[in-house]
Amino acid sequence: MRKLLFTALFLASFSAGAVTLKWAAQNDILTLDPHSQNHATTHSILQHTYEGLTRYTKTFGVEPCLAVSWKQLSDTQWRFNLRKGVKFHDGSPLTADDVVFSFERIRQPQGTNQVYVTGINEVKKVDDLTVDFILAGPTPVLLRNIVDFRIMSKAWAEKNRSQNVQDYAKKEEIFASRNTNGTGPYLIRSWEPDKRIVFALNKDWWGKIEGNVTDVIYTPIKSDATRVAALLSGDVDLVTDLPVQDVDRLRKEPKLKVLDGQENRTIFIAMDQHNDELKYSSVKGKNPFKDVRVRKALNMAVDREAIKRVTMRGLSIPAGILVAPSVHGWSKEIDVFPKYDPAGAKKLLAEAGYPEGFEFTLDCPNNRYVNDEKICQALVGMWAKAGVRTKLNAVPFSNFIPKILNFDSSAYMLGWGVATFDALYTLQSLVRTKTTGADGSFNLGRVSDPKLDNTIDAIKIATDPVARDALLKEGLVKTRDEAYYVPLHHQLRPWAMKSNVTTVHKADDRPESRFARVN
Amino acid sequence: MFRGVFLKRAWDHDLAWSFRRSPVTVVAALVTAVCIAAALLSPWIAPQDPFDASALDLNDAFKPPAWQAGGERAYLLGTDNQGRDILSTIMHGARVSLGVGLASVFLAMLSGVSLGLLAGYFGGRIDAFIMRIADVQLSFPAILIALLIDGVARVALPSERHDAIAIPVLVLAIGFASWVQYARTVRGSTMVEKNREYVQAARVIGRRPLAIMLFHVLPNVAGPVLVIGTINIATAIITEATLSFLGVGMPPTQPSLGTLIRVGNEFLYSGEWWITVFPGAALVVLVLSVNLLGDWLRDALNPKLR
Repeated sequence: MRKLLFTALFLASFSAGAVTLKWAAQNDILTLDPHSQNHATTHSILQHTYEGLTRYTKTFGVEPCLAVSWKQLSDTQWRFNLRKGVKFHDGSPLTADDVVFSFERIRQPQGTNQVYVTGINEVKKVDDLTVDFILAGPTPVLLRNIVDFRIMSKAWAEKNRSQNVQDYAKKEEIFASRNTNGTGPYLIRSWEPDKRIVFALNKDWWGKIEGNVTDVIYTPIKSDATRVAALLSGDVDLVTDLPVQDVDRLRKEPKLKVLDGQENRTIFIAMDQHNDELKYSSVKGKNPFKDVRVRKALNMAVDREAIKRVTMRGLSIPAGILVAPSVHGWSKEIDVFPKYDPAGAKKLLAEAGYPEGFEFTLDCPNNRYVNDEKICQALVGMWAKAGVRTKLNAVPFSNFIPKILNFDSSAYMLGWGVATFDALYTLQSLVRTKTTGADGSFNLGRVSDPKLDNTIDAIKIATDPVARDALLKEGLVKTRDEAYYVPLHHQLRPWAMKSNVTTVHKADDRPESRFARVN
Repeated sequence: MFRGVFLKRAWDHDLAWSFRRSPVTVVAALVTAVCIAAALLSPWIAPQDPFDASALDLNDAFKPPAWQAGGERAYLLGTDNQGRDILSTIMHGARVSLGVGLASVFLAMLSGVSLGLLAGYFGGRIDAFIMRIADVQLSFPAILIALLIDGVARVALPSERHDAIAIPVLVLAIGFASWVQYARTVRGSTMVEKNREYVQAARVIGRRPLAIMLFHVLPNVAGPVLVIGTINIATAIITEATLSFLGVGMPPTQPSLGTLIRVGNEFLYSGEWWITVFPGAALVVLVLSVNLLGDWLRDALNPKLR
């Protein structure tokens, strides 16, 4: 009897055994509000708990998620049938009202996620489990766009006075920016900013996880050396942003394995092309970045190969355009950049009226992208050879973002990952003239080119794939030739983990714990 | 003639005699002198100007020290991740470290000595007030206080000004974290001195308290203050290095030794040891030699040990 009890206890403890995945990366999330900030780390955490109508497969195909099926009723009307029996974490059922509510919420101007519902004019409830999307025009990439359009419970939001999206740039805090209530495979138990985020498996999830992870602890560790030390000492199981200088050593470590992969993220420099006087610079009364020759000079004076070899230790692809190879619209023949030529840059600057160069401040995050601050430091040196004196202001990402969102920057470094794997997303967010909606949502240097706007607007509604590809190419090439941005490189992103951990590498740099297995 | 006499008298002085007798002190003094000279003269004698961005070449980054395979003569101690010559950055870094160390010791001395004089001379409530603050502050480690002051300054001041005012903020933070020692010492000595006949005499002829404190008491309590000051220079340099190592001190654009160690620390795992080891060694040598000098000065000025 006693033996039996013992065995039963043993089995019980075994089957209920918690499997914890300890995951570390460089930076923290900005908010728990899924509609507030279009920020990759924030999305990669929130995708565990908030879901959209569609989701990506491991290979970035689109599959049903909260919608089980959809049908195109006409060019501008799509009908989605919602999954039956889906419950939010507070136990309330998912209905069409929640989808309509979430659509109205994500569109509010204080958020930066409108791009995920771009082209949708209206979401109409047909019945409790059916919604219709009314589009402004044909939208060929609709199913991809809405992956990150995540559904929040209407009743919960109203009860907690969170109907309005958190205004992050104004440092607002609301209930939904500190608490979650989604439908996803994991619940967020707690978020202690800059310390940890704790997830637990949602036992009532409609789906079935492929892995065996029941608990996830995400720890932001800013210092590169500390993050690697935590992995080597076994304090964490998975690190998704490795310091490039340590990758070789980690590959040789028998207790660890390194999963190689590209990231669909491009790092670039943006310049204020809106203000008539460049705020943080030595130039008075005019804005040098409005002159294409100045932008071209900066572009020419970047030694991308040296950055790749030295700063990135080979883990980057030098870039001439704003999208990475895994993104639809990229092709090798358009992804070309000018030869490194500081003397030529100096000449161009002289032609533009700056024979002595000029001085400006470059804002740079220091904990967001691979070696972000070091790249900026290298740029300071390279531009100095062309006569441009750059003052570097490197700050943590959470200080950096409000600054650039308020247009309080003369030039800044940013990285742009393409959530939809289609170049329209990049062109629309970064190049299209800024409006209050999705157009130009991160065009914070306020590039404005009416001809390009026409091209981008045409892409949004183009249905013929060949014509659409031609327009994408036109948009990317024009952006490149006008040097509206200075692209630096596309990131490669190896992940390192303990050898008993398996997971799926994803080019959007968003590990999904439902695929992870800890043995 | 006068000069000769002066030198002779200096040579025969007790201090000079005890200095000559201690080879460790002579070596420490030499090393300190070399460090200070290298730091002060760094803009002219350093092989490279690490702050001139246009002189740096990313292609020269990560060069090992000259004696190792792949090293170059031009970069004796190797280069860092931006192609800066390590030797030059150490010389410039030592300049910042020494500057911050000296300035903060001066500030701590100034505030500590004045408060100590006030407390000791007037006694009563002023004394109680100043000394209770000192007691409270002594219950925190100096580095915590410095972190606190630094942290408050960082929040209060706009971020784009941080780099420009990093040095004054550090000096204030470290200076105010270490005034207590001076205040306590000076207060004790002042309480003894103020009842001596010469002070009473000064009072009788009508000198004002401030004049008495400055011209009569202070010269007689200055000895121990100088000793504490010398030893505290080393402590202040270490505190500055610690703050910079933690990332709240000098920015990478104008690095001190602590910043250099922090930056180099990232490359320790990947085998580029020279980026952090040489600045670390420079810090050890500098602090050790200043400390040895301070120790010697303390012993030499202590009549009981003579």
